[in-house]
Amino acid sequence: MSGTENAAPYAPVLVGKRREELEAILKRYPTKMAALLPALWMIQDERGWVPNEGIEEVAAALDLTPAYVKGVISFYTMYHQHPVGRHFVQVCTTSPCGACGAEDVVKAFLEHTGCKELGLTSPDGKYTVIEVECLGACGFPTPVMINAEFLESVTPERVPSILAQLK
Amino acid sequence: MGYPHKPHAKEALVLSQHFGDPDARSLSGWKKRGGYQALEKALGMAPADIVNVVKASGLRGRGGAGFPTGVKWSFMKPGDGKPHYLCCNADESEPGTFKDREIMRWTPHALVEGCAIGSHAIGAETCYIYIRGEFTEPLVRMEAALKEAYDAGILGANAMGTGKRIDIYVHKGAGAYICGEETALMESIEGKRGNPRIKPPFPAVSGVFGKPTTINNVETLAAVPHILMRGAEWYSKLTLSNPKSMGTKLFSVCGNVARPGNYEVVLGFPFKDFLYDLCGGPPPGRKFRAIIPGGSSVPIQTMEEAEATLMDYEGFVAQGTMLGSGGVIIFDDAQNLPRMMARIARFYAHESCGQCTQCREGTAWMTKILERIVAGHGTYEDLDTIFDMSDNMTGRTICVLSDSCAAPVVSAIKKFRGDFEKLIPKKQGTVAVAAD
Repeated sequence: MSGTENAAPYAPVLVGKRREELEAILKRYPTKMAALLPALWMIQDERGWVPNEGIEEVAAALDLTPAYVKGVISFYTMYHQHPVGRHFVQVCTTSPCGACGAEDVVKAFLEHTGCKELGLTSPDGKYTVIEVECLGACGFPTPVMINAEFLESVTPERVPSILAQLK
Repeated sequence: MGYPHKPHAKEALVLSQHFGDPDARSLSGWKKRGGYQALEKALGMAPADIVNVVKASGLRGRGGAGFPTGVKWSFMKPGDGKPHYLCCNADESEPGTFKDREIMRWTPHALVEGCAIGSHAIGAETCYIYIRGEFTEPLVRMEAALKEAYDAGILGANAMGTGKRIDIYVHKGAGAYICGEETALMESIEGKRGNPRIKPPFPAVSGVFGKPTTINNVETLAAVPHILMRGAEWYSKLTLSNPKSMGTKLFSVCGNVARPGNYEVVLGFPFKDFLYDLCGGPPPGRKFRAIIPGGSSVPIQTMEEAEATLMDYEGFVAQGTMLGSGGVIIFDDAQNLPRMMARIARFYAHESCGQCTQCREGTAWMTKILERIVAGHGTYEDLDTIFDMSDNMTGRTICVLSDSCAAPVVSAIKKFRGDFEKLIPKKQGTVAVAAD
């Protein structure tokens, strides 16, 4: 379930520089719990998702239970509870973009990445494509996020060249 | 300047005057454009005097509710011995709305300055700017602006050398529309699931970390420095007809329209002019059919209603809808409106936090019914069921997410019933008649 059964032993994230970063963030809030979202971002930035070991690490650092941390993670869509492709493609298909052809952009990404369906990672592990609710760039249909990169005005025709530029 | 297109002559550029100008992003560039003079002035004023200026300006919250900003600030009592907090709501997620994004992308220091003034006015030493996680560029721009402001001594323990402490931090969200609801936003800052809280207590009494808190939208706070520099009277006179709605407002325009983008106009601007002149009308060969003018949570308008609307808080209400966040979503005559409504309902079903039964079940059920109608398997009874459900989804939950799902859908069925009935198989109707 965790996807780490055969993986190398988990190396802690919240050490060294990351630990210093977390300590600095803790000073911003009157409670330790408030650093939970930032700490989870650190795990995901390093690991690409939030494995159970990351949950335990964060829980220990912030005096929370792993169950509590898991409860918070499951509320927020941007934390990955499972490994995803190296390039995580999110296509906005909420109504304004849906009125401007977003579904064709989704189809183009599925076709050109080899992902069989939404949410499934391509066989080469490179891509995962999902539909996402409103990315807040409705005047630039269709907005697409690939990891932290935010693209505006994506059309089905642009999809092959966008993918070609990814490593 | 202007982004993504040059400003129109009928726009009133205050907040958006530097959109598209990368030089305005840096501290030196911002100062060259008059930046941080308002903060300097504010730090020399008593908090109550700042609150009075903002009250007199008539500025109302730009996030959706339109509550008078000065009045909201006056609920905070500096000197009560408790820590106070300012939260800036930059969780812009209302479908159709993308104005705060552009403020943060192009003029991050405008928001830093507004947050600092607001903090001083309400007696807060700490301000959190809650930015949705998907806004990667605004996050980078805001972090860079904050670093510059700290390095220059504008923020920190001795803000601008006045001995006052003002700390401003970015808090990055992680994908949840509901965290734009003010109490959910505070829960999220505290490191919890973004479940809205029951009010009262209101945030000014017990907000983030249980302390007195004010939550303001990005656009609201970005307007404050202009008000302090140019005066409450200048701002209060920025109105075309309505003495209750003043100032400029950014409207985000999207959907089926020739020139999508952000437009800043004085409140009270005629919507017809706005649509056909500023936004360039419908795409070539098409006609406008329907408009949701305040983000997807407000009732839909027919073109007759839209063309008779004056763009202010009361003007939209008079024409059957609300100003909301100012996210204007336009559908042309080639759109399948029931399909769009199904898509809107699906959004709310996805974003419901699940606390209240009426919302958790209602948004999902409404989505299923609408998708069934769109697929050609609906019945006339389905439309009545939706009306029935909407009674239970409106005004009966902790927050208004459930109401926001019902409002566009129910108004669309009322105003465009034929579009829905057209998709219902005829056989249904004849069976019903035969049964009589």
